[in-house]
Amino acid sequence: MHINPLERKWVYVSLGMVGLFVASIVLTAITEGVHPPSNVETVDSASLHLGDEFAEDKLGVRQQPDGSLRVTLVAARYGFYPNHIEIPADTPVTFRMASVDVLHAAHIPMTNMSTMVVPGYVSQITTTFPKPGDYPMLCNEYCGLGHDHMWSKVTVVAKEEWHGVAAAEQQGSKP
Amino acid sequence: MSDQEARRFVIDHFWVAFAAFALACVLAVYQVLERSGIIPAIQSPAVYFASVSTHGVLMAYVLTTFFIMGFGYYVATTSLKMPIWNKPLAKTGYWIALGGTVMAAIPLLLGKASVLYTFYPPVQANVLFYLGATLLVVGSWFWAGIMLVMLHQWKTAHPGETVPLPMYANAANAILWLWTSVGVALEMVFQLLPWALGLMDTIDVGLARTLFAWTLHPIVYFWLLPAYMAYYVFVPAAAGGKLFSDELARVSFVMIMVFGLPIGFHHLYVDPEQAAGWKLAHGIGTFAVAIPTLLTGFTVIASLEVAGRKLGGQGLFGWIGALPWRNPMVLAAILSLLMLLLGGFGGMINASYAMNTMVHNTAWVPGHFHLIFAGTVITMYFAIAYYLWPKLTGKQLCSASLPTLQLWSWFIGMAILTTPWHVLGLLGQPRRISDVTYNTLLTLAWDPYELAMILGGCVLLASALLFVYILFQTQTKGAEEPDRAVAYAEPLHPVVKLPAMLNGFGLWNRVILVLMIVSFAVPIGQFFFMDSFSPSAWGY
Repeated sequence: MHINPLERKWVYVSLGMVGLFVASIVLTAITEGVHPPSNVETVDSASLHLGDEFAEDKLGVRQQPDGSLRVTLVAARYGFYPNHIEIPADTPVTFRMASVDVLHAAHIPMTNMSTMVVPGYVSQITTTFPKPGDYPMLCNEYCGLGHDHMWSKVTVVAKEEWHGVAAAEQQGSKP
Repeated sequence: MSDQEARRFVIDHFWVAFAAFALACVLAVYQVLERSGIIPAIQSPAVYFASVSTHGVLMAYVLTTFFIMGFGYYVATTSLKMPIWNKPLAKTGYWIALGGTVMAAIPLLLGKASVLYTFYPPVQANVLFYLGATLLVVGSWFWAGIMLVMLHQWKTAHPGETVPLPMYANAANAILWLWTSVGVALEMVFQLLPWALGLMDTIDVGLARTLFAWTLHPIVYFWLLPAYMAYYVFVPAAAGGKLFSDELARVSFVMIMVFGLPIGFHHLYVDPEQAAGWKLAHGIGTFAVAIPTLLTGFTVIASLEVAGRKLGGQGLFGWIGALPWRNPMVLAAILSLLMLLLGGFGGMINASYAMNTMVHNTAWVPGHFHLIFAGTVITMYFAIAYYLWPKLTGKQLCSASLPTLQLWSWFIGMAILTTPWHVLGLLGQPRRISDVTYNTLLTLAWDPYELAMILGGCVLLASALLFVYILFQTQTKGAEEPDRAVAYAEPLHPVVKLPAMLNGFGLWNRVILVLMIVSFAVPIGQFFFMDSFSPSAWGY
């Protein structure tokens, strides 16, 4: 089999480039724990309202016993509920989401908060928002003819202006 | 089948493909206008999503499958110098695929199958849509089988000889397609069809998405390989040179076939039903399949350089100017390689395990695949059509300049369309909305890019119609073409001794089997062991 020397060099260059990309991805995944949202956890989408976690009165921002923040959301045609949440900047926030009906997805533009929401499964993603501001959370998976209208609001406040979950809820009740 | 009949058969395939293409381009202009919201009278999510579903099915399934089948028959008969094996079987496959296309088109056009070309259960379409799509795939299996029988017959009749490169690549694509289509076939037969027929009340969406991901990535290589075949076997000859390396071409085709298959989970990076380790494994495979594309880029550009220097090009870049830019095949290769370079760069970002979350499901993604599919792949389909049309119809192209005008306009239109599309994705625009209704300041930044995309869409439609016009004019009014023989490029160094593994597929099929078991056995098997709750059907 005939391989030109220049061609052989290019093969090595190609392998080197691809190897570099793969190595940096695998390294950050292993050492920094950088993974896309991937918890394999099932939930009965038809009875979310009867469950412990996704019942209506359990939704929203909650402080966990260990101090971390958890946002529990339900995705349903055509919105995310509750439709406005307030969270602090520079703080790890864990989102847990379930769909009542069909496929949805949540993305907060300009951030890495992005996950599919698949009926029958719980989506979980943890991220930190460095910049305070008003963000839209958009459904970016086709979920029916009203898909264009499916979005909600996320307000990220500076960490020092964050007064805890109770204060945020009071504010959230005033649109 | 006589030569004349075989050519007629190939032309029939091409016309189905290009009719689907032209209709899909018309729909595309509606979509880009509707999406921008500048004409309130045409705003309608119902029409938009019916249109976008039809556009996707026509472009991704109908245009590609019929083009690849027709091209495959042509390559097999001309490179092996054999007639099509079992003509009635081939015709049966053609009619099944065509019947399936019509069957799927009816609910699509009536708005009864607005589930996009990726199906998206638990949203349910009319059952005819699923049946039609299944028949299209079944019809294509007839073609794949015939390709493999012809390869086998030729090898039996020519023991020890090297399979001609065009046929080797063509057979690689047939094998790739057989492996690829199993995923969606399982989803259809065991999930979508029984569910749409009412035999099953619920559907496990996680399993459906996993099976679809099996098909969803390698199918793009099924579409891409004819373009690569043209790069290797037509472009060097059209440029007046030789193929730089026959052996490395085979290595590239084998690598795409083997590594292209077990990597579909990069489409599921942010899905909750698969664990991180499997996604990472598929992600590494996704990078591996970049290697054959890098090799292809090298070999094709080296072949063009050989030709350019032979034509008198001097210096580091002089050979580029010396190339026959007015030859549609050469021009198409240059323009499509440019788009492949940019699209491949974007693809690396999509494939990047974590970076993907910034662009997943945003407008960036259709920007990316229009650059690769509509840019690279379709541009080479155009070039193949321009080259083969005189050979198939016996008529000279109706004009020497119109094809180059058409290729340039397609390239410019695609640049105008896909650049803003990528930017919109980075600005967070979801890929599948029909209109911008969000009451947030962010959307103000989207407006100018949406307007630019309208211009791109209009240029592309004009280019597409010009393409169909050139083919139609040639076939009906062209002057007699005396030269009906196809010229496949000769390698720079004749192949003297080839390892058996680059002359057949036995070893590679076994490698694929192992890789597929490793990559999919647990991710698919898990759904049979966990307590999953499957939703029932929803309308849209």
